[in-house]
Amino acid sequence: MARAVTFNRKTGNTILAWSIGLLIFFPILWTILTSFKTEGQAIADPPLFLMFDWTLENYAIVQERSDYLRFLTNSIIIAGGSTLLGIVVAVPAAWSMAFVPSKRTKDILLWMLSTKMLPAVGVLYPIYLIFIELGLLDTKIGLVVVLMLINLPIIVWMLYTYFREIPSEILEAARMDGASLRSEILYVLTPMAIPGIASTILLNFILAWNEAFWTLNLTAAKAAPLTAFIASYSSPEGLFYAKLSAASTMAIAPILILGWFSQKQLVRGLTFGAVK
Amino acid sequence: MMAPAVMLLLGWMLVPLIMTLYFSFKKYLPLRGGDLGWVGFDNYVRFVSSSSFWPSVSTTLIIVGGVLAITLILGTLLALLLDQPMWGQGMVRILVIAPFFVMPTVSALVWKNMFMDANYGLLSYLWEFFGAEPVQWMSQASLISIITIVSWQWLPFATLILLTAIQSLDHEQLEASEMDGATTLKRFWYIILPHLSRAITVVLLIQTIFLLSIFAEIFVTTAGAFGSKTLTYLIFQRVLESQNVGLGSAGGVYAIILANIVAIFLMRIVGQNLDK
Repeated sequence: MARAVTFNRKTGNTILAWSIGLLIFFPILWTILTSFKTEGQAIADPPLFLMFDWTLENYAIVQERSDYLRFLTNSIIIAGGSTLLGIVVAVPAAWSMAFVPSKRTKDILLWMLSTKMLPAVGVLYPIYLIFIELGLLDTKIGLVVVLMLINLPIIVWMLYTYFREIPSEILEAARMDGASLRSEILYVLTPMAIPGIASTILLNFILAWNEAFWTLNLTAAKAAPLTAFIASYSSPEGLFYAKLSAASTMAIAPILILGWFSQKQLVRGLTFGAVK
Repeated sequence: MMAPAVMLLLGWMLVPLIMTLYFSFKKYLPLRGGDLGWVGFDNYVRFVSSSSFWPSVSTTLIIVGGVLAITLILGTLLALLLDQPMWGQGMVRILVIAPFFVMPTVSALVWKNMFMDANYGLLSYLWEFFGAEPVQWMSQASLISIITIVSWQWLPFATLILLTAIQSLDHEQLEASEMDGATTLKRFWYIILPHLSRAITVVLLIQTIFLLSIFAEIFVTTAGAFGSKTLTYLIFQRVLESQNVGLGSAGGVYAIILANIVAIFLMRIVGQNLDK
């Protein structure tokens, strides 16, 4: 028997949950609203909520003054490149661990996870030095490689948990029907693996997009992605709230939208299968 | 097929680690004479006996502990609320989860300027509205400010994982206990909380690992001033700002040891789950 839910209780829950939800979301909402104000309206006393002259001028100024599109391109290349490279390296590894597990599979998985725990600051100087020696400082390719490496354990783990859910009986059935290894992989396994791979790409793109230790420390002008673009607004000149808001909105909007699709994968990807 | 992933991670882990260990036993000042020879454990002793060491340890503990307490308590309450029947549950979830997708530099700058600025921040309006003196957040309450910003970023993570765990709870058990007359508090204490213990542990460990190395939130708000220098930030300053690589590397080794102590517990839980 389903629990009887009174109308009042449901109404109460709804009001309380929406109030808290809006409170948590408020800083983002406020940033988006402020980005459409003039600088004077942005610091008006009392604060203006919706009744102001909406304007797009801040977006134009931000693009003109700090070339948003270049940082956006860098972010897309760095986050996208590191994710795709990670997938290319991780798929075969996760595949063999899920379908041909050995006694050491578990140890290898745990060891991979342990590399993720290495505090970045502990290896900051060596990486910095290697980057200088190889001429990788302030290059996109350098960041692609570093971000691929820091996210590789998560990518392998996520793929592994998805691949493990593919029932091996299906493989046996295909084999009985005389499928070759090649057609087995191509026609049986791949279609079943694609949703898992897509989810993994999505979450890791988000993680790489928001990474703010290596992107701040290993870039200067050329390869800087949006995390560094925003950090350049930390020493303000004059009135700048509306411009800061416009820049922030542009930096987070793409990922907020992607993020909303990835809620479920988030739990799986960041708890390494420990919470289901 | 695992080889490429394993080799890459092995290289990524070992090369910088060995270099950090190597530097930590040297007097190494790249801008003031370079490699000045072996000094044994001198850097390790100097790092812990410097006047900034213990304050940085206590700052780290306060920030990590504060954020953990806030996100776990509020996260549990919020997860319980979101599990209740209500209208627009999916939408509320989206609102609550959103801060997690905001890049750290954006959330730190938006909070610092648009909320915590003593002249124009929204919190100052709020304080004045209630007749209180506005707070100089970044200088007078730097730790509270940073804890607030970081908690806002991590509350969604804790909530989402605890909610996932609550939803896997056997609701018939709850109904049975309700019929037997158990109060809400008792049901929470004897049924829900034990069921959540695993998820709580996982959130605790994963957040601790990430929180020990928060960087951008301090970099763009106080830059380590006003008593907000964490262990991570202290090492960053030693290595990149004052270019004392030997000393910074010794600090890095301490940070690595600290992170590994936490990591061991996390690995044990994840490992147990793999066996199932």
